[in-house]
Amino acid sequence: MKRREGLAKLTGREPYVDDLPFDGGLWGATVRSPLPRGRIREIRFGAGVDWSEMIVVDHRDVPGRNVIKLIVDDQPVLAAGEVRHVHEAVLLLAHPSRALLRRAVRAVEVVVDPLPPVLDYRRPPAREQIQHGDDNVFKRLAIDKGDVDAAFAAAAHVVEGIYQTGAQEHVYLEPQGMLAWLEGEGEREVVVVRGSMQCPYYVHEALCYALGRPAERVRVIQAPTGGGFGGKEEFPSGVAIHAALLALKARRPVKLVYERGEDMAATTKRHPSWVRHRTAFDAGGNLLAQDVEVVLDAGAYVTLSPVVLSRGVIHAAGPYRCPNVRIRGRAVLANFVPAGAFRGFGAPQTLFACERHMDRCARVLGLEPAELRRRNLLRDGDATATGQRIDDGTDREALLDRALKLAGWEAKRTAHRSWNAEQPFRRRGLGLATFFHGAGFTGAGEVYLASRAHVAGLADGRVEVRTAATEMGQGTITIFTQIAAARLGLEPEQVVIAEPDTARVPNSGPTVASRTAMIVGRLVEKACDDLRRRLGVGDAAPGAAVVEAIRAWHRQHPGEEPVGEGRYEPPPGIHWDEEHYRGDAYGTYGWAAYVAEVEVDLRTYVVTVIDFVAVQEVGKVLNETLARGQIQGGVVQAIGWALLEELKVEGGAMRNNQLTNYVIPTSEDVPPIRVAFVENPYPHGAQGAKGIGELPMDGPAPAIANAVADALGVDPCAIPLTPERLMALVEGEDEAPVAGAA
Amino acid sequence: MAPAQAMATMSEPQSITVTVNGERYQRAVEPRLLLSDFLRHELGLTGTHVGCEHGVCGACTVLLDGAAVRSCLIFAVQADGHEVTTVEGLAAGDGLHPLQEAFRREHALQCGFCTPGFLLTLVPFLEENPQPTEEEIRHALSGNLCRCTGYQNIVAAVKRAARERAEAP
Ligand code: FES
Ligand code: FES
Repeated sequence: MKRREGLAKLTGREPYVDDLPFDGGLWGATVRSPLPRGRIREIRFGAGVDWSEMIVVDHRDVPGRNVIKLIVDDQPVLAAGEVRHVHEAVLLLAHPSRALLRRAVRAVEVVVDPLPPVLDYRRPPAREQIQHGDDNVFKRLAIDKGDVDAAFAAAAHVVEGIYQTGAQEHVYLEPQGMLAWLEGEGEREVVVVRGSMQCPYYVHEALCYALGRPAERVRVIQAPTGGGFGGKEEFPSGVAIHAALLALKARRPVKLVYERGEDMAATTKRHPSWVRHRTAFDAGGNLLAQDVEVVLDAGAYVTLSPVVLSRGVIHAAGPYRCPNVRIRGRAVLANFVPAGAFRGFGAPQTLFACERHMDRCARVLGLEPAELRRRNLLRDGDATATGQRIDDGTDREALLDRALKLAGWEAKRTAHRSWNAEQPFRRRGLGLATFFHGAGFTGAGEVYLASRAHVAGLADGRVEVRTAATEMGQGTITIFTQIAAARLGLEPEQVVIAEPDTARVPNSGPTVASRTAMIVGRLVEKACDDLRRRLGVGDAAPGAAVVEAIRAWHRQHPGEEPVGEGRYEPPPGIHWDEEHYRGDAYGTYGWAAYVAEVEVDLRTYVVTVIDFVAVQEVGKVLNETLARGQIQGGVVQAIGWALLEELKVEGGAMRNNQLTNYVIPTSEDVPPIRVAFVENPYPHGAQGAKGIGELPMDGPAPAIANAVADALGVDPCAIPLTPERLMALVEGEDEAPVAGAA
Repeated sequence: MAPAQAMATMSEPQSITVTVNGERYQRAVEPRLLLSDFLRHELGLTGTHVGCEHGVCGACTVLLDGAAVRSCLIFAVQADGHEVTTVEGLAAGDGLHPLQEAFRREHALQCGFCTPGFLLTLVPFLEENPQPTEEEIRHALSGNLCRCTGYQNIVAAVKRAARERAEAP
């Protein structure tokens, strides 16, 4: 099916939040902490600003709990007394003139008495640096399988390695923004927020909590959203509360839109990681034991770190058959902007370590990288690190072979040898990664979410799909139209997709974790079936009968509408033991094999990806054009993480918080991405689909680093592999530190 | 003149006349008002997006007398007496400009925030270079950032637009 939305985006008519008119409204702005840690002694309002005409909000104006509700109640809406990171929100201002507002923000001085901050998450904190529990550890997780120590004692080979990844900024092209206003009076007054977000119901819940309001007095609507990638999962809750607080105090609409520099400095990042592997093999190159330690830099508040760590540790052992596994993970505090959700959610970090380590193991064992993987990839009937039995009929070795063949691995290998011998300054190499990505929420997450979707019959015979799933260009509207049309036998034009508005749509869960098409799409199917039942039309009845039944229903029940509901039910046979981290961590996994070809210039140490092959099995591909677009975009974002994107952190603050000095890939930095799908329908996903959005973030970084290792005979263990870091590696110096150290 | 007085004079509104998408607008503007803000806030033409305010992302690209410029880098007063084209003025009538049509066909946009800037960068590029190679296209696009698509479909859209233009009678 052709993409449904997009026309307004092409003609400039799509109303992103900054484009919304708000007559008589004010602009909002945020005053932030200058220091990574300390106690606020005083807030000084400087000269040159008429403060009487400025709306000023601080923590005392928060009517409910001064907390941005998420997992742990530790992050304040506005700092009260203590600050824990540079750019933490302290004060809010609003005024009709943006120019005056900017001047006012500069005129406020937040005076902070410093306390000793944690500036490197890898060092054990001193006593005076402790800010959480007795060790600054936000969350610990452990996975145990078999007898690791006995296996190491009997091993033919043991290989060790430490791998590190840096922070990454989302750089959604549209910065964060919210418009808040009030509707109704007194007891009926409703706070309405419209803005850029992935998860309207997260924002709704956070608003209710901080404003101390019942659900019906808060309404959240998603505006067209210019990219998210996880950066608009939890962070927008705070922006929405800030805009609402200003609107409540001003009694006028307030628009709060971040400038790029503010957005980059003050919003969440991908968790930096430090991962140690110790791996035992038998003489035949079969995995005997994996001992993995995972440390994530969580930043100053807990936010989503426990669940990011969870996904990280579950993916840490890779898609391999190994009888003995020990994984220890922890997410630790550092006085930096909180790390948060970012496409892949912990898996890219641990899979970088795993797949880079597999290449190192292959070298020690004297095996080809592909051969080592072939011997150890999960086959049907094998179990993952958590003991989940994989039996989905996907041939993971065939996936690998397909990728090698598409990449022309053998021929290129030979060609590279002679090319590298002839070239004075340039070297080429090939790298591989085989990996997986759990689709949907981890463990019992989907059960707790208890998502619902509605499909309503409209008076004119069309149907309306009502979910909280948000469109960010990934294709939600098209996919849901396709699913509902197929299920009800209708034409796409007969399906309307409701705007995600908490006053109109049920909570179908957040638009995250690659769950939308697979899980919410399945709820849409169920809601369609339920609608048929309510209308009394059989599952096989054609669309015309459905339309006729809807119209008849409206004639018989004026003023009402027939609504079908789909509720989440876990696939049968799924068992997850949250306490011991055993069992079926995900309903299903996407599987993939990626190959990168790189060229390194030895004069500049610039690494260029010259070819990239991405082969994956993601169940049934619902819409090939959209699916390819997701893979291509994800791979390019991962190329940025692997090679270019580096936070320069000083004194606990990001110093390169502009697109001039934080560099993301342009069209000249990346090759065409060659994408191939192997289809194996998943019986519990909509039309057989599995999740797809995050998978392409996992494989490129290790494939590229492995290709650099192949080209130069070095052993890169940290990304981003910038020219500085690669030069240090080739010239035998210590590698440059990875962001996380300030 | 004392600096303070100079400042005062400099910030006095100036009258400008700009033709935008074929329509003449006369407005009094602050001398430091950016063209991007002028288009978005004074004229309500919000299809011109602001992604970085620093001339890097290209989202704010418009045509000034037919040449692609970054509207966040120039002042509205610099457009006085000139012609500006924004994304809203690209298509004649209700249809789509051939480049917009090619973007739609090739799925060259996801979130769409970068799209107006790409389109306006490409209009003069294809005028000057109607049959570009892949390399030339990638070079031409390299001043515009897109975080969603990986650029591949944008390149494909440019190729399609070039092809269709060549085939057009
Ligand atoms: S907003 Fe003008 S180039 Fe980014
Ligand atoms: S489509 Fe989202 S930035 Fe290009």
